[in-house]
Amino acid sequence: MSDLTKLTIAEARDGLKKKSFSAAELTEAHLAAVEKARALNAYVLETPEVARERARQSDDKIASGEAGPLEGIPIGVKDLFCTRDVRTTACSKILGNFIPTYESTVTAQLWRDGAVMLGKTNNDEFAMGSSNETSALGPVTSPWRRKGSNTPLVPGGSSGGSAAAVAARLCLGATGTDTGGSIRQPAAFTGIVGIKPTYGRCSRWGIVAFASSLDQAGPFTRTVRDNAILLRSMAGHDPKDTTSVDRPVPDYEEAVGKSVKGMRIGIPKEYRIDGMPAEIETLWEQGAAWLREAGAEIVEISLPHTKYALPAYYIVAPAEASSNLARYDGVRYGLREQGRDVTAMYEATRAAGFGPEVRRRVMIGTYVLSAGYYDAYYLRAQKVRTLIKKDFEDVFAAGVDAILTPATPSAAFGIGEKGGADPIEMYLNDVFTVTVNMAGLPGLAVPAGLSSEGLPLGLQLIGRPFDESTLFSLGEVIEQAAGHYPVEAWW
Amino acid sequence: MAASAKNPNLIRGMTGDWEVVIGMEVHAQVTSESKLFSGASTAFGGEPNSHVSLVDAAMPGMLPVINEECVRQAIRTGLGLKAKINNKSVFDRKNYFYPDLPQGYQISQYKSPIVGEGVVQVDLPDGSGVEVGIERVHLEQDAGKSTHDQHPTLSLVDLNRSGVALMEIVSKPDLRSSEQAKAYVSKLRSILRYLGTCDGDMEKGNLRADVNVSVRKPGEPYGTRCEIKNVNSIRFIGQAIEYEARRQIDILEEGGTIEQETRLFDPGKGETRSMRSKEEAHDYRYFPDPDLLPLEFDDAYVEALKAELPELPDEKRDRFIASFGLSAYDAGVLIAEKETADYFEAVAQGRDPKAAANWVINELTGRLNKEGKDIGSSPVSAEQLGAILDLIADKTISGKIAKDLFEIVWNEGGDPRAIVEARGLKQVTDTGAIEKVVDEIVAANPDKVADAKTNPKAIGWFVGQVMKSSGGKANPQAVNEILKAKLGL
Repeated sequence: MSDLTKLTIAEARDGLKKKSFSAAELTEAHLAAVEKARALNAYVLETPEVARERARQSDDKIASGEAGPLEGIPIGVKDLFCTRDVRTTACSKILGNFIPTYESTVTAQLWRDGAVMLGKTNNDEFAMGSSNETSALGPVTSPWRRKGSNTPLVPGGSSGGSAAAVAARLCLGATGTDTGGSIRQPAAFTGIVGIKPTYGRCSRWGIVAFASSLDQAGPFTRTVRDNAILLRSMAGHDPKDTTSVDRPVPDYEEAVGKSVKGMRIGIPKEYRIDGMPAEIETLWEQGAAWLREAGAEIVEISLPHTKYALPAYYIVAPAEASSNLARYDGVRYGLREQGRDVTAMYEATRAAGFGPEVRRRVMIGTYVLSAGYYDAYYLRAQKVRTLIKKDFEDVFAAGVDAILTPATPSAAFGIGEKGGADPIEMYLNDVFTVTVNMAGLPGLAVPAGLSSEGLPLGLQLIGRPFDESTLFSLGEVIEQAAGHYPVEAWW
Repeated sequence: MAASAKNPNLIRGMTGDWEVVIGMEVHAQVTSESKLFSGASTAFGGEPNSHVSLVDAAMPGMLPVINEECVRQAIRTGLGLKAKINNKSVFDRKNYFYPDLPQGYQISQYKSPIVGEGVVQVDLPDGSGVEVGIERVHLEQDAGKSTHDQHPTLSLVDLNRSGVALMEIVSKPDLRSSEQAKAYVSKLRSILRYLGTCDGDMEKGNLRADVNVSVRKPGEPYGTRCEIKNVNSIRFIGQAIEYEARRQIDILEEGGTIEQETRLFDPGKGETRSMRSKEEAHDYRYFPDPDLLPLEFDDAYVEALKAELPELPDEKRDRFIASFGLSAYDAGVLIAEKETADYFEAVAQGRDPKAAANWVINELTGRLNKEGKDIGSSPVSAEQLGAILDLIADKTISGKIAKDLFEIVWNEGGDPRAIVEARGLKQVTDTGAIEKVVDEIVAANPDKVADAKTNPKAIGWFVGQVMKSSGGKANPQAVNEILKAKLGL
């Protein structure tokens, strides 16, 4: 049975259709794998009862010929998505044992299409982090290890649990959210595929908000095709989220395998940053070469405001977060610490409920929005954001179809290795990914090779707004050339 | 007003005259079925926390969606205030912590409000008028309600109001007396009620004002202002301004300075007291709400709303003067409440408009006020009052009998004409019958007759006697004529 966990979503879909195995068998295989992999701490909540019930319903639907596009496919759900009657914590103490009475739009669409929930996956607290180490429910250990080393590595973050679960075959796919790189960076660190769709492509309704103007949900999978399959179910207009966009959702899977001949791929010179490891540079060149071989034209481009993106991001995101997290005040739900008056109650609750990184960002955000600092920080960062957006618009207007960059400046690092003394060290992980969120564009991370230490490295493809299809076509070319990176189970 | 005339609004102090400068921020609850950003009901008086959606309670992951009806109402209000409508406006977050503010921020409009500058023409009881500039109108969410006296150690929160749409209507500092301020709020309330954009119910808190008060010597720059928060009756607005102006004058005349601060009006004591100083003022950290796109609509949308606006108080007053020949004062009284104006128009239709105005303003309004009723619940309908007026007009009854009849209809209802028939209230115009009564009275009172010969005004006594003995039914005009003839006047 354990072979069932090695399937792709596309293969599992075909196997279920042919009745080679049942949804119940597929789910049981994954539940067993999840149970066996608890040491990774990828799941913060296992929901076997929910999974078995949904798998049973899937088998009924398959039998009656009413199968949805994801019928019987077992997936993991980042703990940032509110799931009806299932504990949702954003991996923060402040939400305690919060059980929503509602289902996020994205997960509701997945269940509508037949997907089976195995459990809730770990993430950095309120999605603030790049290593999954800020989770109040403990860090996730990557299924990957350096060659000849047992040093536990981070899976990246903030969607570290989802990435680790998909890489370790604890589900066929998983949901993530990406505010500054939280899907693409962990996908790259764990050798899998992850997309941050265009802002507005997926509804944010029911997803615990980090930074509203940047947050976007997206899928993790082991192949580009699987990613296209999952995104199709997750995407779509939602009247409950006025920032979601009313455009038809294409059949992304059709784009997989489509020729990329004649496409113009931009290589932004500003992404060649100081101190970038040579192997990242080599990987990038290799990626460009693969695309060229597939008939694409590689052109050097300039995105001149790139260097301002990271600092501007670390103003905009905390500013929005400081306001979004104000609702966690101990009054209506979640943790409440007693205080002699309401102010003392707030202070005690928020001090006990938020971890250090969340507190840091709430303070930064509060500061940059304060009277006297607003113009110098927040307003300026928004202006930078407009310039970054324009950089991309200019490049696309000049006929570039997509942009190729490294996904991360390095391979995964060890748990506890980074950011202890200087949070900036951790923030630098997002240097290639934040620009995409600031501009609201789609970005796909695809595994492209291994580091000298045997760890996965990924490339990022950035597309025009709502042109995820082109990214899947290009991603497939890289995937075909680079091959897959299955991890050996040691857990 | 002549420039040389003494300004009656000035307040006398020990060091000379002072002028009070007032600006208002009126919070008007938008009339709408559901809240500004959620589908929850806006009904008043439900069980605590019975009209609360997931959005209102700020559950994780919930997002606001603008209620188009509230936008329509704000635009209509702007049009009623002859204001500039901004086709693009932005919602901002006003951040502060309070238990009845679930999101930890109020969604409001800070830099780009939906409505810009406008004007309200305010009429004063003495017949003068003042034009009050409107600075802006913006949409925002109301907060919930905290109560602190229901439990020994806990405060209780009711979120029914949380998220209800308010319009904040900000005036320019154009008001110069408590009378003007009261008249302004009355007029604003009247306009909103005509538009149907706010019910103006101050008792329920659906209309309340923050009053900015400063004083200065005439001609000098504005003084430092204090803001009196949340005053919820027109009478209290007047009292708060009177008290606050005097307080500030006293401080200044004693050589002190006014601290900019937020104050509260205590209706029990009739005084204002400090709530928080400028130093304690919140830093609201306004920024555009990233959950909401800018609010945009085109001119055609605004034009369509404009075309459907009802007749507003100023237009109605002008029409009442022009087509009914009413005095400006009477017209002003009648149009203050739309229901009164409608009632009047129904009565005046096909009748003497001045008589209709007199009856509505004096008899009806007086009686309603005495009983604490509003015109909507008047026991005498416009149709009934019109019938009474018809009976006067066709001389079936006298004005005096009409008042009795009005009383009967008020208490018992019924068709006035039928009541007149049934109870024999018809006026006696039969001169023979009146002459008979006159002869009797003249014969019985020779001394009064002598009086009347020297003092023609004494005829009034005879009229009274005749009316009395006829049970008020004698036609007063006929009585007068017959008396004059009999007495040889």
